Amino acid sequence: MTLLIENSAPRTQEKTPRIRGKVRLREHLMGWLFVGPFGIVFLALLIAPLAYALYLSLFQKKLIGGTSFVFLDNYAKAFTDPSFLSGSWFVIRFSLVSIPLQIIVALAMALILDGVTSLFTRFSRLMIFLPYAIPTVIGAVMWGFLYSKSFGPLTDIFGMFGATPPDFLSGNLIFYGLVNVVTWQWAGYYMIILYAALQGIDPALYEAARMDGAGKWQIALRIKIPLIVPALLLILVFSLIGTLQFFNEPQILRFLAAGTISSDFTPNMYAYQQAFALANFNYGSAISFALGGIVFVGVYAFLFITRKRRSFL
Amino acid sequence: MSDRSRAMTRRRPQRHLPLQVLLGFLVVYFLVPFWWVIVNSSKDAPGLFGGGNTLWFADQIDYLGNLGQLFSYDNGIYGRWILNSTLYAVAGGVGATILAVMAGYGFAKYRFAARRFSFALVLGALMVPATALVIPTFMMFSAFGLTNTVWAVILPSLLNPFGVYLMHIYARDAVPDEILDAARADGAGEVRTFLQVAFPLMRPAVVTVLLLSAVASWNNYFLPLAMLSDNRLFPVTVGLGVWQGIASGNNAGSTSLWSLIIMGALVSVIPLVIAFFTLQRHWRGGLSVGGLR
Repeated sequence: MTLLIENSAPRTQEKTPRIRGKVRLREHLMGWLFVGPFGIVFLALLIAPLAYALYLSLFQKKLIGGTSFVFLDNYAKAFTDPSFLSGSWFVIRFSLVSIPLQIIVALAMALILDGVTSLFTRFSRLMIFLPYAIPTVIGAVMWGFLYSKSFGPLTDIFGMFGATPPDFLSGNLIFYGLVNVVTWQWAGYYMIILYAALQGIDPALYEAARMDGAGKWQIALRIKIPLIVPALLLILVFSLIGTLQFFNEPQILRFLAAGTISSDFTPNMYAYQQAFALANFNYGSAISFALGGIVFVGVYAFLFITRKRRSFL
Repeated sequence: MSDRSRAMTRRRPQRHLPLQVLLGFLVVYFLVPFWWVIVNSSKDAPGLFGGGNTLWFADQIDYLGNLGQLFSYDNGIYGRWILNSTLYAVAGGVGATILAVMAGYGFAKYRFAARRFSFALVLGALMVPATALVIPTFMMFSAFGLTNTVWAVILPSLLNPFGVYLMHIYARDAVPDEILDAARADGAGEVRTFLQVAFPLMRPAVVTVLLLSAVASWNNYFLPLAMLSDNRLFPVTVGLGVWQGIASGNNAGSTSLWSLIIMGALVSVIPLVIAFFTLQRHWRGGLSVGGLR
């Protein structure tokens, strides 16, 4: 065996075709041996559920007549269902507001931390990143306390000025209440990714720009930001995938904001309600699959548009 | 980049007071929820609802009493939840990491049939929303009688396409083919070459993938919420969510449950914060590995 491998180091030219054939077979086998275990999990827990969801979504269960094949009826129903449409509209609006906000906050913090080096900035970097280590559920629970009228600080703080505190759990403000929770949770993580990208830039570029008379702002805007565009795009993709599937935070705050957050608040919550509260797995699958389709198409379109400007995927 | 020029820019003292003040405000914002939980987990029910300062300690500071209540409530169910979360995080994290390291190495170092196609599938999977899989996975598992068991949470956690992607990049860049060929020429088999030559070179990325997948399992909420109905199998995220639902449901009768939830939130966060501080080098290392070059 040793001899065979020795003879067959890849890229050596003087090999007989017969041995090369054997070697190729060996490499195929070894490759699949390493990839195989993941491949099995991939097939069993990703491909199979997706196929099964698609299959389920083509059927309907009726009280009379049992389960019947309805082809795309569930999708036609979903795309005319006010609950699904309003939920989808909510996550799209939410993405449009919260993602740019998170990225701007993260970028500003990353630029400050990259530009100013002190003991305090190192401490800040760690503290700002800390919420990423907290489960989203616990983060939502903690902000729920802070928003609460009975034991949150808002009543005290606004009371000092004789003002009525804003109720972030009410219908008008829940949108911003959730934007705040999400920003708190993720801005630090995005900041770290951007910071790592900024640290990778060759400082000689700044020196050259300074020679040409560029100030700090110009260096940030004209050199730093353009050079980390790939990292910014990566964050954008991650946050888009995450936000369109919004579930944990509204599901947790739902208990505190009774009546404000309905069970069809986001498409994912609606799918959960259909499947697990109403045992309507066919329609739940259709909603999941439709949402998955929206995410996939959205992200794919985004990747296609930006294909020249990114270095990942 | 040249180390010398970097050292030069580093050495220059930079103060920028306004920016540091701004940063100070941001740090306060990011720490407020932690501060609130630390302060209020020291209070008993009258202290919580008595209308005192919510951002400062009450006269009674009773961490031990609240801790005792937390771990004795409902026959110590909270301790079970913490142990469950640990089990899910360790089993899911280690399993997912082993699979991801092997697959990433395989994709990077072997030219096998359908390799490009398979890798394209893995990349495509990065875009599949994880929650879209929960309902059909639940249906499949219930057909095999796997729902409401620990496997219902552990098995889906083994799937980590992002880990495979990270390991692929890292193995491609950090493990030279020449070293592998040299090991083979010295008579090491493929498995030994992987374990004794490639694996040590990949270790930084392995630690990162392990951390990321363990944290992802620990934080998971939607999957266990859907899969589990026996509250003795809940991870701490689902358990606290249930408590919060109960406490919000009956406002008056649940004042003592609120102080348990606050203490529970604090305790559930402590292991993560410790892991976060002690392993921060690996967290950050992995994020810069993340294909951002």
